[in-house]
Amino acid sequence: METKELKSIASQVRRDIVRMVCECNSGHPGGSLGCTDFLTTLYFDEMKHNAANFNMDGTNEDVFYLSNGHISPVWYSVLARSGYFPVSELSGFRKLGSRLQGHPSTDKSLPGIRMASGSLGQGMSCAIGTALTKKLNNDDSIVYSLHGDGELQEGQIWEAALYAAANKVDNLISTIDYNGRQIDGDLEDVLPMGNLVQKWQAFGWEVLEMDGHNIDEIKTTLAKAKSLVGNRKPIMIVMTTEMGQGVDYMMGTHKWHGTTPNEEQLTNALGQLEETLGDY
Amino acid sequence: MIETVEIEVLGKKDTRSGFGEGLLEAGKRNGNVVALCADLTGSLKMNAFQDEFTERFFQVGIAEANMMSMAAGMTVGGKIPFTGTFANFSTSRVYDQIRQSIAYSKKNVKICASHAGLTLGEDGATHQTLEDIGMMKMLPNMTVIVPCDFNQTKQATIAISEFEGPVYLRFGRPSVPIFIKPDAHFKIGKADLIIEGTDVTIIACGHLVWKSIEAAQELAKQGISAEVINMHTIKPLDEAAVLSSVAKTGCVVTAEEHMINGGLGESIARVLSRNNPKPQEFVAVNDTFGESGTPDQLLAKYNIDTPDIIKAALKVIQRK
Repeated sequence: METKELKSIASQVRRDIVRMVCECNSGHPGGSLGCTDFLTTLYFDEMKHNAANFNMDGTNEDVFYLSNGHISPVWYSVLARSGYFPVSELSGFRKLGSRLQGHPSTDKSLPGIRMASGSLGQGMSCAIGTALTKKLNNDDSIVYSLHGDGELQEGQIWEAALYAAANKVDNLISTIDYNGRQIDGDLEDVLPMGNLVQKWQAFGWEVLEMDGHNIDEIKTTLAKAKSLVGNRKPIMIVMTTEMGQGVDYMMGTHKWHGTTPNEEQLTNALGQLEETLGDY
Repeated sequence: MIETVEIEVLGKKDTRSGFGEGLLEAGKRNGNVVALCADLTGSLKMNAFQDEFTERFFQVGIAEANMMSMAAGMTVGGKIPFTGTFANFSTSRVYDQIRQSIAYSKKNVKICASHAGLTLGEDGATHQTLEDIGMMKMLPNMTVIVPCDFNQTKQATIAISEFEGPVYLRFGRPSVPIFIKPDAHFKIGKADLIIEGTDVTIIACGHLVWKSIEAAQELAKQGISAEVINMHTIKPLDEAAVLSSVAKTGCVVTAEEHMINGGLGESIARVLSRNNPKPQEFVAVNDTFGESGTPDQLLAKYNIDTPDIIKAALKVIQRK
């Protein structure tokens, strides 16, 4: 897909995100906006998947796990805009009876979701499990996972990191949303993570870096990552992003991690984001 | 005069070996069965499966959280993962992983837990989990099974491989009498009536089923007719079996190698209080941690041995 077209979809996804969290006065816009360009490119350009006919087993399809489940708004929007479920359903986000739970879940059978997430640190292990099943099934499609940088503070991530490298889980492409911020403040103040690239390299992973807001770079990096599948190493992409990307007053701070805009702030945000596909 | 209660003993073996044999058999019957172990392959008796199905066995190292979530991920694509480690590392250490990725996500993972309870023995309280049944039965979507001997553990292991949904299977370390027939049919959620009786119902699970049989034999000598039910499935509970027995006997003793809080006894009490309130006595560990010792010493010291079941039966009959 042309970069221009992906940018256009991303703009609509960002509108969906701010409208969803404003409508229920709840949810996490900051990380969602920061991962919009990546998830839009992944689903609309890079992943092999079947939105019209979702099946839990994901046989012969690429499978994606969102480990940092709190950025559910961006995932829900991308899934709906890809055709997994009606766009109109986005308005139910976090409301009683909706399939769009605060954090992703399989409980209400929302197409596109294969695992609950929200309690951090578990998605990489889940992705490894599915990657191993794909190998047993001689299914050569890929498993993707996305993680927050703060999430790397969970010990289970490093259990998974050890396992994947030691066992050459080379059909897994994980990405870290490296925005340097978490709820309580900057990563550097809460718990500095050191050099992430060197850390993952030291754990035996193939490490790539990219600017998470440059769609051309996301495309070439994902293409490069896919070319490394089968190379006896798990693949990690350290993706630099800006929390709140696309809405000026949400950028440059951790404040909008889990804070929602009021009506006035929403109008301001929507003024910065072109409506390209029609609001839900 | 009550007749002597005869139960044929077929041998003596540890229940974990029943798991090992059952896992091998399940692996032979279904190519989708896979096994994961966190550095306790020998203790869990998983070697036979590992040797036979090298490609389907996954050594994860001492990383139980990773193991549980990996198992959940392996179900996506149709595998049936069996995880193996000690009961405390299968539950409290990884409760959040089980809760989110297995129970809430309704994944077809079989959590197989050995060395449960006081009969782990000398390792002491750090390893003697007495809370696991409670933790696991509280999780929606979770089936909880506590088989009573070698044969039943083997049968239960095969049965859960043919059942769709998350399961917690609890077994143990010591060698205990075998009294379930090798060809018995194990049905999840259907209690076994081991001994018929009319004066008191003893409902037990796991290692305490044999102790309950011994208690019933002793009670028979005193002219008391005790019914013994093996409640191998704690959840879903066979409520009909409880109610029909209690309708006849009018009182219950529950016996388990578990904390009094949250175990089998409380599940039975709930059924009775809702349907047919009757006196109940609890043979269970009384809100305390264990300690080092031999299994027999510990069962006696923590009052979950045969004499304790007899005493409870005599007491509950008085309360009728």
